[in-house]
Amino acid sequence: MKRKFNLTNILLDILFVIIAVVCVYPVLLVIGISLTDETALAEYGFNVIPKVWSVDAYRYIVSTGATIVRAYGVTIIVTVIGAVTSTLVVALYAYPLSRKDFAYRKLFMFLAFFTMLFSGGVVSWYMICTNMLHLKNSVWAMILPYVMNAWHVIVMRSFFSMSIPAAIIESAKIDGAGEWRIFFNLVMPLAVPGLATIGLFATLTYWNDWTLPLYFVTEPKMYNLQFLLQSMISNIQMLSENSALMGSASLLANVPKEGARMALCIIATGPILIVYPFFQKYFIQGLTVGAVKE
Amino acid sequence: MKNHRYLKTLKNNTPLLMMVLPGTVFLLLFSYLPMFGIIIAFKKYNFAQGIWGSPWNGLKNFEFMFSSPDAWVITRNTILYNLLFIFGGLVLNVAMAVGLNELRSKMFSKVCQTIVLMPHFLSYVIVSYLVLAFLHVENGVLNRAVLPALGFEPIDWYATVGAWPWILVFVNFWKSTGYGSVVYLAAIAGIDTQLYEAAQIDGASRWQRIRYITIPALVPLMIILTIMNVGKIFSADFGLFYQVPLNTGALYPATNVISTYVYNMLTSAGTGSVGMASAASFYQSIVGFVLVMTTNLIVRKIDPDSALF
Repeated sequence: MKRKFNLTNILLDILFVIIAVVCVYPVLLVIGISLTDETALAEYGFNVIPKVWSVDAYRYIVSTGATIVRAYGVTIIVTVIGAVTSTLVVALYAYPLSRKDFAYRKLFMFLAFFTMLFSGGVVSWYMICTNMLHLKNSVWAMILPYVMNAWHVIVMRSFFSMSIPAAIIESAKIDGAGEWRIFFNLVMPLAVPGLATIGLFATLTYWNDWTLPLYFVTEPKMYNLQFLLQSMISNIQMLSENSALMGSASLLANVPKEGARMALCIIATGPILIVYPFFQKYFIQGLTVGAVKE
Repeated sequence: MKNHRYLKTLKNNTPLLMMVLPGTVFLLLFSYLPMFGIIIAFKKYNFAQGIWGSPWNGLKNFEFMFSSPDAWVITRNTILYNLLFIFGGLVLNVAMAVGLNELRSKMFSKVCQTIVLMPHFLSYVIVSYLVLAFLHVENGVLNRAVLPALGFEPIDWYATVGAWPWILVFVNFWKSTGYGSVVYLAAIAGIDTQLYEAAQIDGASRWQRIRYITIPALVPLMIILTIMNVGKIFSADFGLFYQVPLNTGALYPATNVISTYVYNMLTSAGTGSVGMASAASFYQSIVGFVLVMTTNLIVRKIDPDSALF
């Protein structure tokens, strides 16, 4: 009996080692490619452990940096402004919803919740953004559409309900504090774990986003990192699909080599992968809170 | 008199109303305006006149869209992929959570969770590069190492339609299983340990404990999450279907879903393509909405506590 028990445990351990390898291997492979000499890539193919080590890909990125540094700058600006604005707007919207004495609680809850059930679709959204709001080729086009998020509102409202006892607010009111003072001086400090969670969700959304630039950005100087990578890979795909039609060799020469592109992937996603284990706790907390009904 | 009371409530709630104001403006601009803008599907759009000013077009856009062979392909692909993702995902997410919970070493369990959650943090652009590293025609791992070792000829993956259902399904589960298991793992942690202790005293095997305690405790959550997903059956993960196959035209029979069709038509220069995009987009929104409402209604009939609203 006891031996059989151990066997299942060992099999389970082995299974999870395999799963972990499957999850990590592709990332290690890209790191490996980025550190391999370009001619070795053509000779031996892609390998996790470089046959011929080289940091040329990273050197190339640094030397031809203007576009990439600019894209990095766009990503950072969009992420910082976006995450701060989004967290603030969401928190301001969610807090009254957590207040039982807010007379219009149900109405505004519905207003947010309904957007999770029904949407007008991409075409009408796109036309409103471009034709009415004139969001094109600007930092705002990459920020504003994602500021408000119904799901984040629900998560944040749960945080407020759980961490702010109604009695505290009552007593602050009796002491003569106004609603805004209560919100900024009393509620916000108590809700820091919730704000961290929402801020984290928003940061990830903005950092990893390439769809807003895909819709609204046509000028290369406004590209963010993810979209720069996206346009590189699709240009190459387009060129190889149509290589018979045009002399693509000269066009391909301007696109960074494979190693450099993989290096750019690592540069774009590295910051997230490095800090992610530390903020994982908040992330899981947010997902768990979001699943709690009412 | 009654009017006076309304004004008083309004006045008492003014500061809280000011707080929801910015969020409300964003909701109105980016969610509610597009809901009204959906009427574009019945118009002949031209940029100068915009959504509200363009002339009406009756059902022309729908006639064009549904008479093209694409309509059937995108509907089939969207539904089949999503059904597989929903029900395959349900099994895999629960299995992953139960498995992580059963690992003896808590340390190893934590490390494994961090690792399986990692792919969720990569954007689909990055994922498309990871996939390319395997599928690259000349240098990719599959064509250079795996296939020769097994004695097969290299395959031009970005021109082989038949391979893509497998690739997309694999990539989807690779990216989403760790994320999907988080909520279940938290629910397992919330199960009363006394139940397990009692079961152990009664001589229940590990499998029996999972079968009769863990799984039943997860059922309500499984139902709620599944309803939410069924409602999204008509909306596909744009990144997965657009970016991972690199929007390759030759692969459309296996990769084109409503979301990618809408985008490609919207940005295409062909005459009437914007109209077709708006018709497909309308079709996606309305059917999706009907599906959420219907599933929720059915669940509410069977088990009111499990319903979403």
